[in-house]
Amino acid sequence: MITKIFTLLIIVLFLVALTQVIRIFQLTGKIKGYDINETTDYDNNLNGILSIIFSILFFAFCVYQYLEFKKFILPESASFHGIFIDKMNNLSLIAITVVFVIMNALIFYLSYKYRSKKETKASFVTHNNKLELIWTILPGIVLTVYILYGLNVWSQVMHPSEEDPMLIEIYGQQFSWTARYAGEDNLLGESHYTLVNNKNVLGVDSKDVNSNDDIIVRELHIPIDEPIMLKFRSQDALHSAYLPHFRVQMNCVPGLETSFMFIPIKTTKQMRIELKDESFDYVLLCNKICGSSHFNMQMKVIVETREEYNEWIGQQPKFKEINL
Amino acid sequence: MSEHHHKETFITKYIFCQDHKMISKQFLITGMLMGTIALLMSTFFRLQLAYPGKSFGILETFLGRWAPEGVMSPDIYLALVTIHGTIMVFFVLTAGLSGTFSNLLIPLQIGARDMASGFLNMLSYWFFFASSVVMVYSLFVQSGPASAGWTIYPPLSAIAELIPGSGAGMTWWLVSMVLFIVSALLGALNYIVTIINLRTQGMSLRRLPLTIWAFFVTAILGVLSFPVLLSAALLLVFDRSFGTSFYLSDIIIAGEALTNTGGSPILFQHLFWFLGHPEVYIVLLPALGITSEIISTNSRKPIFGYTAMVASILAIGFLSFIVWGHHMFITGMNPFLGSVFIFTTLLIAIPSAVKAFNYCATLFKGKIVFTPAMLFSIALVSTFVTGGLTGLILANAPLDINVHDTYFVVGHFHIVMGLSAIFGMFAGVYHWFPRMYGKMMNKHLGYIHFWFTFAAAYGVFFPMHFLGLAGVPRRYYSNSSFSMFDGMTDINIIITVSAIIGAVAQVFFFFNFFYSIFKGNKSSQNPWKSNTLEWTAPVKHMHGNWPGKIPAVYRWPYDYSKPGAEEDFISQTVPLKEGEQEH
Repeated sequence: MITKIFTLLIIVLFLVALTQVIRIFQLTGKIKGYDINETTDYDNNLNGILSIIFSILFFAFCVYQYLEFKKFILPESASFHGIFIDKMNNLSLIAITVVFVIMNALIFYLSYKYRSKKETKASFVTHNNKLELIWTILPGIVLTVYILYGLNVWSQVMHPSEEDPMLIEIYGQQFSWTARYAGEDNLLGESHYTLVNNKNVLGVDSKDVNSNDDIIVRELHIPIDEPIMLKFRSQDALHSAYLPHFRVQMNCVPGLETSFMFIPIKTTKQMRIELKDESFDYVLLCNKICGSSHFNMQMKVIVETREEYNEWIGQQPKFKEINL
Repeated sequence: MSEHHHKETFITKYIFCQDHKMISKQFLITGMLMGTIALLMSTFFRLQLAYPGKSFGILETFLGRWAPEGVMSPDIYLALVTIHGTIMVFFVLTAGLSGTFSNLLIPLQIGARDMASGFLNMLSYWFFFASSVVMVYSLFVQSGPASAGWTIYPPLSAIAELIPGSGAGMTWWLVSMVLFIVSALLGALNYIVTIINLRTQGMSLRRLPLTIWAFFVTAILGVLSFPVLLSAALLLVFDRSFGTSFYLSDIIIAGEALTNTGGSPILFQHLFWFLGHPEVYIVLLPALGITSEIISTNSRKPIFGYTAMVASILAIGFLSFIVWGHHMFITGMNPFLGSVFIFTTLLIAIPSAVKAFNYCATLFKGKIVFTPAMLFSIALVSTFVTGGLTGLILANAPLDINVHDTYFVVGHFHIVMGLSAIFGMFAGVYHWFPRMYGKMMNKHLGYIHFWFTFAAAYGVFFPMHFLGLAGVPRRYYSNSSFSMFDGMTDINIIITVSAIIGAVAQVFFFFNFFYSIFKGNKSSQNPWKSNTLEWTAPVKHMHGNWPGKIPAVYRWPYDYSKPGAEEDFISQTVPLKEGEQEH
């Protein structure tokens, strides 16, 4: 209580002090007969110089952040399509950084350079069609290239040419993930939300023979270098299955099946060596606000060799075995 | 329109007032109050993000049972994020910005005695006021305020079992939003009609100040897009309360299957973003209009490329209606549709770039007078460019996959839309304060306010890009559940400290604002030596704006430093001299 009163007192005293300072300013102005709010050459110089100082500090801050936070940026993609995304992303980031520096430097420099001085006079220029045409067409050309490049990568990512990918269903619910493997037939059994119960958490239809060899697990194991087709479903709210290391993200929508196909190209072990981090694991996390524990909705993802994968999957019970 | 002076009572002058100047002040002050609430909320949740789980007395003081022992719960974290977004986007940057300056400037700058309908204008404010009251009320309901994010995506926003905030809190949120939309529509219709019909003699479209062009296009966007949000909200009300299934299908709550089938949550997103994206420009265009005016005036130079500026406002306005899908690249929307939205979205970069270049060209060879308004306007150009550029990444669907819904997005839209719009609003307040209150705001406090705000703003939002590139999702109560985000606390501390500095800097603004209303130095008729019509009206407000005849207009508003003129500005009301070219 005392701290609260004390804080309040400080705030009040601060405002009173501020009032007095302003009044002193106003009174001096009145006595000397000038308007204190008129912008003077002193103000123009001060703010002109401040804008140069600001721009230097701002760019220094950007460089500092880059050097200091670079290590947090996601490592190179662990999926095949991600390589193309990364390449385009890096090129784009470099390009926008260049434009960012040039434009901001220009803005602050112009502000400083053309600050009002007694002797200067502004020039009366209303427009310049040639110049304007150039800086309309130039971004137009750059963007055309950028759009075409983007569309090209987008169609590569969304329409991969690989056939017969391994099917895995990812099922999101507050606040956990479940995965269902299609088994040897690589066909997922039918499912319906009304069939969900404590034993049958995904509502798989046991009458569908395709479901017999389905395998339901809480950890995602995937073999390296093989196309994986993830199918997404949700039980309640929207979720978003986000696998940042693989540049994979897709929403899980109740009532709608969505999908994403990718090929992992680095095993967990390789990534651990690359990152020099023995405890590293890939992760699938939720990236669409879904409730209180949204911030802790995750599933471990392990990329391994085909042999390791076979061994692991062989130990998992089949749907038919648990759903008697 | 009546030019007679009715006897005014306190109520008709200050409360149920139909005079556009008073309504503008009402919008501004309500907007500022709402802004304070939203700003406080953001500092609160920033405390949690930088120091997760640490106890803060201030949280307990303000949040009470939501922050037992000074640590906020995940639910209230989400509520704070949601309400912060809602208030900032709608109450501050739409009503506070557009409501204030459209009301003040449209009649004054086009030479009209008032809005086309003073009564509708008054209603517009009072619907906004009611909407604000309901929104603030919703913060205090037992089950907590709405917490499904400001985009209120169903099913989360539709089913109270999924998150407590989707109970009564969400109901009041929707009520508030319906009132808000009514207010926005009444306002926008009035602005459009006034601009089309009530321009003074000689005020042709090519002589309109850019502020008016911006307000005009903004109002059109509002009229076309807000009704869609209204329908989206109404369908959500049906789903919530009357058992329909517009947005719901195949849902299980606590082991029980709901009967809703056939609905689509994606439908809501289409409807929402059909408003949501134009809304970005409803927020941004008035700010761009305001700064065009201020940068020209304070560079003592005509705005460069007036025609191109108007054309780009129109182009941005048009394009803003066909880009909404870029919010939905990874919702499972057909990839081909994604391609279309990549194309249309990136087109917006062209008129935006034109605007940025034209601002720079206006500064070039100018005689820049650094009023606080000018500083904020220049800062807007910087944030508009900086934030716009990261938009290129997000607009490109393949790149969006990995930064979608991460802090990269948070950084992007706060800089390009949040900062730009709020800087435009500050600029507008500093610039037109003399016109509103007949007093000057203190310039020294203005400078302090500006430099701290500007520095803090980049300090808050720039580091967020790095969090985004590291894959940190937004709307996370804490990052401590994932080892891959370990060690990033430093970034969050930088952001939070900057946010606190930024919040404290606003004290200088609020103090300056209210002190100047009562004790500020009297303003002269035309303190910034500006050309536009509002500075020809008497300092003391009067109904009808001008005594006697409304001034006629003979030239465009940007005749600054015109060769052959005695002074470096020529009011629009001065007839062209013999042999003088218009421009």
